[in-house]
Amino acid sequence: MSSISVLKAREKQIFTKGEEAPFEMSCDTKSLAGAVSQRACVFCGSRVVLYPIADALHLIHGPIGCASYTWDIRGALSSGPQLHRMSFSTDLSETDIIYGGEQKLQQALLELIDQYTPKAAFIYCTCIVGIIGDDVDAVCRQVEEETGIPVIPVHSEGFKGTKKDGYRAACDALFNLIRRNPAPAPLPRSINILGEFNIGGETWIIKKYYEAMGINVVSVITGDGRVDEVMQAGNAALNVVQCSGSVTHLAQKMEEEYGIPFIRVSYFGIEDTSDALYRVAEFFKDSPRIMEKTRDLVKNEVNKVIPYLETVKKDLEGKKAALYVGGAFKAFSLIKALKTIGMEVILAGSQTGTREDYEILKEMCNQGTVILDDANPLELAKYVMEKDADLFIGGVKERPIAYKLGIGFCDHNHERKIPLVGFEGMENFAREVHETVTSPVWDLVPRRAAKKSSPPAGKEKAYDTP
Amino acid sequence: MTPHRPDKNSPDSNRHDKPYTATQNACKMCTPLGAALAFQGIERCVPLLHGSQGCSTYMRRYLISHFKEPVDIASSNFTEETAVFGGGANLKLAVENVARQYSPDMIGIATTCLSETIGDDVPMILSELRNNFKGPALVHVSTPSYTGTHMDGFHQAVAAVVDRFNPAHKKAPYKPKKKKCINLFPGMLSNSDIRHLKEIFAAFGIPVSILPDYSDRLEGPSWQEYQAIQEGGTPISAIKKMDMGTHSLELGSVLALSAEKGFSSAGALLAQRFQVPCTRLPIPMGVKASDRFFEALSEITGKPVPKRYQKQKWRLVDAYVDGNKYVSRKRAVIYGEEDFVVSMAGFLAEIGIIPVLCASGGRSGYFKQALAEHLPETVLPHVIIQDDMDFARMEKTARALSPDLVVGNSKGYAMARRLSVPLVRVGFPIHDRIGGARILHIGYKGAQQLYDTIVNTLLRTRQTASEVGYSYM
Repeated sequence: MSSISVLKAREKQIFTKGEEAPFEMSCDTKSLAGAVSQRACVFCGSRVVLYPIADALHLIHGPIGCASYTWDIRGALSSGPQLHRMSFSTDLSETDIIYGGEQKLQQALLELIDQYTPKAAFIYCTCIVGIIGDDVDAVCRQVEEETGIPVIPVHSEGFKGTKKDGYRAACDALFNLIRRNPAPAPLPRSINILGEFNIGGETWIIKKYYEAMGINVVSVITGDGRVDEVMQAGNAALNVVQCSGSVTHLAQKMEEEYGIPFIRVSYFGIEDTSDALYRVAEFFKDSPRIMEKTRDLVKNEVNKVIPYLETVKKDLEGKKAALYVGGAFKAFSLIKALKTIGMEVILAGSQTGTREDYEILKEMCNQGTVILDDANPLELAKYVMEKDADLFIGGVKERPIAYKLGIGFCDHNHERKIPLVGFEGMENFAREVHETVTSPVWDLVPRRAAKKSSPPAGKEKAYDTP
Repeated sequence: MTPHRPDKNSPDSNRHDKPYTATQNACKMCTPLGAALAFQGIERCVPLLHGSQGCSTYMRRYLISHFKEPVDIASSNFTEETAVFGGGANLKLAVENVARQYSPDMIGIATTCLSETIGDDVPMILSELRNNFKGPALVHVSTPSYTGTHMDGFHQAVAAVVDRFNPAHKKAPYKPKKKKCINLFPGMLSNSDIRHLKEIFAAFGIPVSILPDYSDRLEGPSWQEYQAIQEGGTPISAIKKMDMGTHSLELGSVLALSAEKGFSSAGALLAQRFQVPCTRLPIPMGVKASDRFFEALSEITGKPVPKRYQKQKWRLVDAYVDGNKYVSRKRAVIYGEEDFVVSMAGFLAEIGIIPVLCASGGRSGYFKQALAEHLPETVLPHVIIQDDMDFARMEKTARALSPDLVVGNSKGYAMARRLSVPLVRVGFPIHDRIGGARILHIGYKGAQQLYDTIVNTLLRTRQTASEVGYSYM
């Protein structure tokens, strides 16, 4: 649709493969004021990463909004404690803003720790706390001394950068915990799973694979997370990083401090899941049984899902998908996974991609694919319509854009309830895509209905078309 | 334009000492969310939050998951430098970009806790901008999130819009006697509620300006072409004529009390500046409150209540009789926005359910008084009323009261589940079901739907609990 124009300041954040313009993707910048970005803030970045630690207290220091909007918002499951699903806030009022919120924070912490006996506490600093200058670190130290549990400040003031800076703050908080392990001793054939958040039980799927391979999982950061486990993370021989955008900073710090190497993997789709498992097996090549077991595992699992994928592929062949996800790394896997079921990607965007990410995306995509950094609803709608997508993959904020335009939708964000990782996850993904793309409702939606060829003569008069 | 609040220490205050300091699972949202929703109810208006990017994204997400519709809210997107040196440049750039991308008729600018605290002088920034900017009307509302809840933000935004388009220095209007247009400020109701109000006024044959009206915009059809701003909302031209209205109606018992005590509500502004009489009524839920509403309309318009509503009423009363045994003496916990709870409690009381706990995260200070005025004297002694409440405390209190059902928004689901009692979903937000915005609460028709839902919920509970699962009531 030509009537949607792109703001001049954003032109360099949009690239169409195959067009003459040189590839100069601008990214890693703050969102443009007034552009209705799909992005959130620093606080959001910290909150998503730390959220699944289920036996920790997550206290949001600020007025109520930040806590209200993130209460039980994620699909991150816990096999035990459910404390992470509570929403705690110091709920600052006008007088707290004037006189400072330190006392209230301290009091709240002591009471909450007494009431819930968490294994640790994370204190998220919101915009206002940065402005009024509460000494949150000092309060944390004091409460830690008094209660004996780790009390960790998370400097996530919303205006201090982008969501990425929030990831960094979360990594610092996690590292703060890990360092409390006095004498880390490497365990054989052991890994940490990093950047995996147990959405809909995904951690359990991945852990099951590693167990079958004969690999010890020391900790998952932070899916189905526990404070004690995180504190053991320094004992692993390898860090296997999934959501690289969020936890690479932590992996790097652990490499520096403990000499633990890391590899980046993805568990979305058959191709990337197999690749991830093989690479981990390869790392432990001193134990040849691991590779053997991995081969068996992959073979069995792939054989289980292929027949179903083949059936949906018949219906999905040649259909077009648009992606708008948080990290670009996820987009790479999704492109491959969509290919497995016969679909082609016509739009790929991310909230936080780097220049290298976009280079890779460009290489992976077909001619004519649009690549977007930090998009907004208008741009997403523009390209989805221009390229005539059959499917949109995104989060809650993208859903109405797809639905209003009569396009199928698959939620690939932190809020979904269905696991999409691994081999069984691929089956779930294919099922969801198949169900939405082949739904008969699209025939009734005006934009789609108008495109269909006119009904056979004689039947036309039976309907009073608008 | 902060609502007048009673003194914390005054004897009529219903504040209580909190047993703990932190808020656990809040029963409220923040002030700018209410403002953003109100702005969505104005034709060709785009809300803009002056603050960090996250505020607008979180609020968009929150509203989208209730309405299941696109909700665009722009942000002026503070950076660290902005926080230090002030948000003027960001706000101007944001206004220009919103104007360029959306070509709105109005941008509704609400401040967040951040921009309020660094002391941005938004009216000054906007007046500087207006000097060399020919664009949409800019309406500003001050909504620091630490001063109230989303309901405060909502009412303040409505008042700010009326204030902006009907300034005190506006010439005394010529009031044509024949064209009787009523201003209706319904408060935060559902889409279906707003649509029902429109039907009622149409049936009376009286023109009405409802502010805000997001019923079309946040529940429209699928699109042939992408719409940057959805159709619908109160036209600005209608808001500009509110000074010529023959009457204003404001719904909400708590709103009424705060207006009496000095809050410049939209109705109060019009009354004060242009002598438009203002009638304040509770949200019409149930027979008695709907009677009051229809009687008031009849009185204001000089027209009898249309027959169809009489019929609706008597059908409803007949249904009350049919189901009386299944609801009588049952005990309900209800929560939500203060005005909503006051009216919902009134409805439950009139069908025989005791609202044993009436809770709200609101802190207007008038909650208890409004309920005391609204509930029958026989019921009142059995009711615990608590404002400034969160779900952790609510659950504790509710457990001791052994309720039969919970009535409120989706946020009480976890509590209801743990209490092992059914939740009847009403109000805002409804995140875990489809059609939350289509729930009809008001008028005889709304009461009918709520009544059927409540009775059937209780019947289902009984049926499920029965060993044999009876096939008849």
